[in-house]
Amino acid sequence: MYRYDEFDERFVRERVAQFRDQVSRRLDGSITEDEFKPLRLKNGVYLQLHAYMLRIAIPYGTLSSKQLRQLALIGERYDRGYGHFTTRQNLQFNWPKLRDVPEILDLLADVEMHCIQTSGNCIRNVTADHFAGVAQDEIEDPRPTAELIRQWSSLHPEFDYLPRKFKIAVTGAEHDRAVIKAHDIGLRLRRHPDTHEVSYEVSVGGGLGRTPMIGKVVRDYLPKYDLLAFLEAIMRVYNLEGRRDNKYKARVKILVHEIGVEEFRRRVEEEFARLDGPSVNADPAEVARIAAYFKAPDYEVLPATSRVLEATKAANPAFARWVEVNTIPHKAPGYAALTISLKPVGEAPGDATSDQMRLVADLAEQYSHAEIRVTHAQNLVLPYVRQRDLFAIWQRLGEAGLASANIGLITDIISCPGLDYCALATARSIPIAQAIQHRFADDDRQKAIGELNIKISGCINACGHHHVGHIGILGLEKRGIESYQITLGGDATENAAIGEILGPGLAAEDVPDAIERIVNVYLSERAEGESFIENVRRIGPAPFKAAFQEIAHAVA
Amino acid sequence: MAAAPKRVPLPAILLANDLLDGDVVFAVAGAAGQLAWTRDAALALVASDDATAESLEAFAAAELAGNRVVDAYLVDVTMETGQPVPRHFRERFKTLGPSNRPDLGKQAGDGISAGQRA
Amino acid sequence: MPLLDRNGTKIDAWTRSEGSGIDNLSQALVPWEALTEALQHKTRDQRIGVVIPNNIRIAELKLVLRQLSLIAVSFPAYSDGRGFSLAKLIRNHGFTGTLRASGPLIADQFAYALSCGFDEIELPEANAARQPVEQWLKAVGQISHGYQRGYGDSHNILDQRRTARAAGRLAAS
Repeated sequence: MYRYDEFDERFVRERVAQFRDQVSRRLDGSITEDEFKPLRLKNGVYLQLHAYMLRIAIPYGTLSSKQLRQLALIGERYDRGYGHFTTRQNLQFNWPKLRDVPEILDLLADVEMHCIQTSGNCIRNVTADHFAGVAQDEIEDPRPTAELIRQWSSLHPEFDYLPRKFKIAVTGAEHDRAVIKAHDIGLRLRRHPDTHEVSYEVSVGGGLGRTPMIGKVVRDYLPKYDLLAFLEAIMRVYNLEGRRDNKYKARVKILVHEIGVEEFRRRVEEEFARLDGPSVNADPAEVARIAAYFKAPDYEVLPATSRVLEATKAANPAFARWVEVNTIPHKAPGYAALTISLKPVGEAPGDATSDQMRLVADLAEQYSHAEIRVTHAQNLVLPYVRQRDLFAIWQRLGEAGLASANIGLITDIISCPGLDYCALATARSIPIAQAIQHRFADDDRQKAIGELNIKISGCINACGHHHVGHIGILGLEKRGIESYQITLGGDATENAAIGEILGPGLAAEDVPDAIERIVNVYLSERAEGESFIENVRRIGPAPFKAAFQEIAHAVA
Repeated sequence: MAAAPKRVPLPAILLANDLLDGDVVFAVAGAAGQLAWTRDAALALVASDDATAESLEAFAAAELAGNRVVDAYLVDVTMETGQPVPRHFRERFKTLGPSNRPDLGKQAGDGISAGQRA
Repeated sequence: MPLLDRNGTKIDAWTRSEGSGIDNLSQALVPWEALTEALQHKTRDQRIGVVIPNNIRIAELKLVLRQLSLIAVSFPAYSDGRGFSLAKLIRNHGFTGTLRASGPLIADQFAYALSCGFDEIELPEANAARQPVEQWLKAVGQISHGYQRGYGDSHNILDQRRTARAAGRLAAS
């Protein structure tokens, strides 16, 4: 993975000193709360319901064991012994004190981490496919691109006071695991059919929130060398033209929608043609320098399937199920990419205690080249595991309550913190996730239902990605109580789609019943081998709506 | 000048977050009648009349200007067993803590010393 | 209104005129709406500056760039970052006169403003009183070099790495 050089190191240390100074100027009245708020947000500090919150950047979801141990330490020393992994592959602590934040930033800088641009109206921490470098369907590793963008977007003089937040995601695979179509910019590495040159497909104007939109392609094949100049052109058009009169209309998706993708593309291409690309772009040697950090580890030469693994699976059905559900095939023979579920039934989705973080850090060090990935689905990945080591890992995870075999299944729920923590939330999310998990806790039943993504947001801002959940749940306030709106048919992959609202909002206690009815429609209607989302696409929403209406009427 | 924002219905309490710590704090009547902050919602001064509400608003303005708290505002409450409880569920969570973690926050006694606890 | 640049506070040599009347002002700063007329009345010795809103199109502005000695870009709020891009565009179109950012900026934006091509900042009195010039001069040096190329810093991190590579101090891969 990437390591800081002297320049990165100095940059991050200087940012810490700058933040320390900003805090002291806030306290002495030199800057007002209105002026300080964007400054603290751009360094990841929110004021939430009960306390401040600190969001730590995990660039493109890649962590070392050393870094994860440091996060565990910070959680213990300055927080309440746990942290929350987010849908943007970051980690947030729920209880830090503002007075401690500069010290926490020092500790992060010690392990080459920071909180730069994890919030605020700027280019946010860049995200990427969590199986980067190991997935079999990968054309090229997205991490060098993501790292280049991380550096380029950090404290950008021109683009730090944008109309609204701006999120960039990168994938290098055919199957989109980074939700690139729901980002302000989505980049997909692909091969040009004629030249076979690896280029970027550039999508702009995706985003969830109040007005969900799927990103639109503005460039089919952008030569890799031109990346930064092209991004600069997009950002300049957005910074100048994006709406600033209404925060709900300020994202680039609204600009693209209002002027049309053709006109947006024309303006970007005009600016791109006019600006001096070579003075902006990183030179190929710099790109190569970054890429070198991401070369594959020295894999052992192993047979495609491990006999040790097969034998332990045969002797232990629970282990076999976990391997089947939580691992994916790997580029390297005899290896697996393992997803560790942070969704044990009844826990807050994405939460991990400091002890659990240390265990994962230890396991990564012992079995996965000391590297961990954070997924946008709020789980952790050990990317380089020998198949024969899976059993030992499973046993140790089990002791820490981390061996749930539910990746991609109905209890692997994405959930924002909701009104249990968040000052913006209109309703709670976590208890809804927990109630659904309890309803579907049975392993056989989950497995029989198969792949089904439930995503829950506690407000319209959609941090829980509810629009692109196969089943989405949005918590709102209706006449002084929490009310939950259910959507169907969303998709976060390369077939990105926004879900359709099934009917009126439900009270919290009715949500598990409603989910169960929806699932029952699928179970009775599905064709052989048909997944939930395939079934929804084939038979359409009508049967699901009918089932939903029954419960909506029964409780109305 | 814009009209003053409409005040919440009374009775009401004043809450805010401590600027340096972030903790939720409540305005409480001090010994000599002056206002101060407490971390215990049960001790919050309940304004049942306009004069008290105005004194809470004046205190909020002074404390915001003095850079001691942020996000100070009045919250309408009902009285339950002698203690103020916010009417809205959002503000109720602020006086308690995360509902999924009864071991954390004010509901677990965070920042509320035993002697101070009502 | 107080004026400062990278060296500290500065005397404003420009006189704002309400309309296009520039009479005998040697350095007249006129509103954008009055610019065409002011340029018509301009004598050989007079220098003209213009105050522009931040939503102006560069296509309109570039026609008059060469007749201007100063452009003051209005910042209606410090959080409205259009002025940074506008400054960059003005410089990219070859303007070599003085670029002024005018509005309630904060010290933490000083370095950004300079990087985007501004020379000086004109602040409302109250903002300048809260944030004395020492804070601006301190803030401007807090991040010694950024990553971005093309923003006026030839010692940006990418170019420093390139130089180091050329000198053989940093391996290419």
